[in-house]
Amino acid sequence: MPLTASVIDDLKKVAGRDNVITAPNDLRIFERDGSIEGAVPDAIALPSNTEQVAAVIKIAARHNIPIVPRGAGTGLSGGAVTIRGGIALQMTRMRRILEIDPVGQTALVEPGVVNQELSLAAAPHHLFYAPDPSSQKACTIGGNAAENSGGPHCLYYGVTTNHVLGMEVVLADGSVHWVSGDAADRIGLDLCGVLVGSEGTLCAITKIKVRLLRIPPSIATLLAAFPSIDTASQAVSAVIGRGIVPAALEMMDKVTVGAVEAHYHAGYPTDAGAVLLVEVDGVADSTRELMAAIRDVLSENQGYAMREAQTPAERDLLWAGRKGAIGALGRIKPNYYLHDGVVPRSKLPQVLSAVGEIGVHYKLPVANVFHAGDGNLHPNILFDLRDREVLQQVEEAGEEMLHAVVELGGALSGEHGIGLEKSAYMPWIFSPDDLEVMSRVKSALDPTGLLNPGKIFPDPERKKLPLAGRTGFAVEAKWW
Amino acid sequence: MKPFERLSDDDLATCVHCGLCLDACPTFRVTGLETESPRGRIYLMTQWKREQLPFNEEQVKHIDLCLGCRTCEAVCPSGVPYGRIIEAGRAEVERLRRPNAKRRIAKAALRQLVARPRRLRAFGAVTRVAQATRATSAMRSGRQLPPLHAPFEVPAGRLAPAIGPRKHRVAFLVGCVMPILYPQSHYAAVKLLQLASCDVWFPEGERCCGALHAHNGDLDEAERLRDENMRMYASGEFDALVVDSAGCGSHLKDFYPGLQGRVKDLSEWLAEVGLPEPKREVKMRVTYQDACHLAHAQRIKKQPRDLIRAVPGVELVEMRHPDICCGAAGLYSTLEPQMSARILAEKLDDLAATRAEMVVTANPGCQMQLASGLRQRGSHIAVEHISELLVRAFL
Ligand SMILES: Cc1cc2nc3c(=O)[nH]c(=O)nc-3n(C[C@H](O)[C@H](O)[C@H](O)COP(=O)(O)OP(=O)(O)OC[C@H]3O[C@@H](n4cnc5c(N)ncnc54)[C@H](O)[C@@H]3O)c2cc1C
Ligand code: SF4
Ligand code: SF4
Repeated sequence: MPLTASVIDDLKKVAGRDNVITAPNDLRIFERDGSIEGAVPDAIALPSNTEQVAAVIKIAARHNIPIVPRGAGTGLSGGAVTIRGGIALQMTRMRRILEIDPVGQTALVEPGVVNQELSLAAAPHHLFYAPDPSSQKACTIGGNAAENSGGPHCLYYGVTTNHVLGMEVVLADGSVHWVSGDAADRIGLDLCGVLVGSEGTLCAITKIKVRLLRIPPSIATLLAAFPSIDTASQAVSAVIGRGIVPAALEMMDKVTVGAVEAHYHAGYPTDAGAVLLVEVDGVADSTRELMAAIRDVLSENQGYAMREAQTPAERDLLWAGRKGAIGALGRIKPNYYLHDGVVPRSKLPQVLSAVGEIGVHYKLPVANVFHAGDGNLHPNILFDLRDREVLQQVEEAGEEMLHAVVELGGALSGEHGIGLEKSAYMPWIFSPDDLEVMSRVKSALDPTGLLNPGKIFPDPERKKLPLAGRTGFAVEAKWW
Repeated sequence: MKPFERLSDDDLATCVHCGLCLDACPTFRVTGLETESPRGRIYLMTQWKREQLPFNEEQVKHIDLCLGCRTCEAVCPSGVPYGRIIEAGRAEVERLRRPNAKRRIAKAALRQLVARPRRLRAFGAVTRVAQATRATSAMRSGRQLPPLHAPFEVPAGRLAPAIGPRKHRVAFLVGCVMPILYPQSHYAAVKLLQLASCDVWFPEGERCCGALHAHNGDLDEAERLRDENMRMYASGEFDALVVDSAGCGSHLKDFYPGLQGRVKDLSEWLAEVGLPEPKREVKMRVTYQDACHLAHAQRIKKQPRDLIRAVPGVELVEMRHPDICCGAAGLYSTLEPQMSARILAEKLDDLAATRAEMVVTANPGCQMQLASGLRQRGSHIAVEHISELLVRAFL
């Protein structure tokens, strides 16, 4: 529903004339995030500080207009998509690093700070911010906190919530609060723990205090080829089975390696059935020892063509390939649909062969690239949105893959959140009672359901809509 | 012709909407807006092309605000050919939009002035007089110009012979604005080529390469200039056409299939053929600004840095974001002065933080933009073309 002129006026008074967008054609450009869901917002507001965020939320509350916080829009579950319309609260203007404390090893940042910028700014103090989603070049710390994002190095370092010390948040009534504080040990009810990962449904995050870590003195990165996904998965289990926890342990299948190699020329073996990227860090002696042990385990499990990065530049290139992998899939088909289910590590071989079979059954190409050490899958179903016939199969195949995950004792999402895409599947793993507890927390903090409505909680209406009807304006072409 | 006919739907469809390019885009970094991002621009052009959004004058500003720096293209893992997309998109936009005085003047200036060397030289001469009498400081674009010296002179016989043994014969692109704005960069570049055992040939009748025209949506003129130039290049023999202006080099590589593989940026070529041992130390703290059309369009980042590091005495310190555009982007700083100034301000902060005495780059537009920004801040950081820094080690 378009906003009334007086609401728009109020928003402009708060955020500034140029920081409110209502031109309908422009709004269409904001309809999607990194997933394939889409819906056009009624307005974009670009606040510059906490006061403006609070004031915008108050206006929305007064008129009962949905508010959807939006970071860089790299989310992969439709979290930032304004499915009920309303105001997209674009946090990207708030991108100042307010403080880096090299002694206390913390940083205080605004939510729009891009993940990688924080590590770049901390580097002169020999510090870095550990959670490193593959989208770290673009995604925001606010978005990371809202999704409780992970990344390759979270195997060893832990996900976002392990690194957030406290947050300033604005609740649905426009009130501003600090949750938790400076200490790693959160005292009292752990509200910060509740709000990290709340996907914009409980609060807008306006400041984040995070822990920084010392850059390890020595890092070793190894690339290993395997004849098949199966053997690579076994190698992963074997490494962890030996009690070794590498800093990162990532897998890519043949399809992915081909796409990645085309852009990055990182020297990935394109003939391998799968590759593993393994990293260990620490002091030089221990990384050398660990890497030697890992090499042994990998070769016992049919690993070959092992190559260790010799220079930081080589290491960066190997990682660039891994981190750009999902984007690189565009070289095969223009769209991807992915679920990021997690399974117990020992179930990796089983779940991956199930995924492969589903792909074959639906005749859809599937590319696997994922955090193997965590058992966190990312099967990407590749297709072309312009081919609308295929959409139904894409969705069914995705659903079956997720089902396979759950059947093997896994969970719906490792790191991308539930958002829109997975909300319908929540009842697969949560009982009605579980969901009821969650919705009580939601209504305690946001009684009128103002913040990011239609997310996380299953919406029976929406489920009836086929994927083709949900991807927004982009595919509603007349001539398809 | 149907609207947006020149845009390829397949090119557009390579964008998977992942957003990895967003923060690499200078205009997104300062505005935080999807509409001012590569992904947003591609989405907009896609909707136009597919007739899902009507062409609309208001939205043209998102296309106008694109610097054409192609940083997005360099970081895009999906291989979106953004340079090709925006060039075609611009050409279509220029065809469809209402006539606009500022852009019409720009187009006329490009056709009438830049594409005609004699007129451009005359313009340079007038400007030199105006600068001497301080008349130029009244105009914004005038203030941006560097102090002009006598323009670059092609050596007698249109050949600068190799110093020492002759191993290669190269053609040198004199170009349109470089010889007038930065003759000293050209002199240094030619000297380096001679030192690197190259005979340097200056083909007669060379015209502007057409880069500025193509980037500003005048593909017809760009094609005309290409055809004329190709006739000239066909008349001589050379191992490489060496270009010391990144914008021209990238255009020649993309737009002149007839020169396939023979166009080389100065640093690319020097790294390939090698320079002799340097003669002296150059004690200086230097930072390097990647010219967009070198780093992103031609993917050349390593060679210039290697060459700089090889100069004894030089300490190369990197900016946090050496490969983000300075906001010059051809005519952009004149056509979109506000956005250009915002982007430049970020760049100058980054520059200042390095505490370098000199910033080196590889394109006249960047030199001009950085120098004018630094001048306005009262900074003493010097700006030089990479050729000028390198040649100091041999003087
Ligand atoms: C190529 C690619 C690779 C990826 N790799 C990973 C990976 O390795 N690990 C991983 O975990 N994720 C990954 N992602 C997913 C995504 O990047 C993360 O979820 C990221 O944290 C989203 O950040 P964003 O700034 O883009 O947020 P958006 O997509 O804009 O928003 C995400 C959610 O956060 C909410 N939100 C955003 N900002 C705020 C705020 N200030 N206050 C409250 N709520 C807010 C939004 O409402 C939305 O629900 C990847 C995505 C892509 C495209
Ligand atoms: S241009 Fe490339 S990096 Fe940017 S959104 Fe599209 S596919 Fe991703
Ligand atoms: S060319 Fe430069 S300004 Fe234009 S969209 Fe790409 S990164 Fe942004």
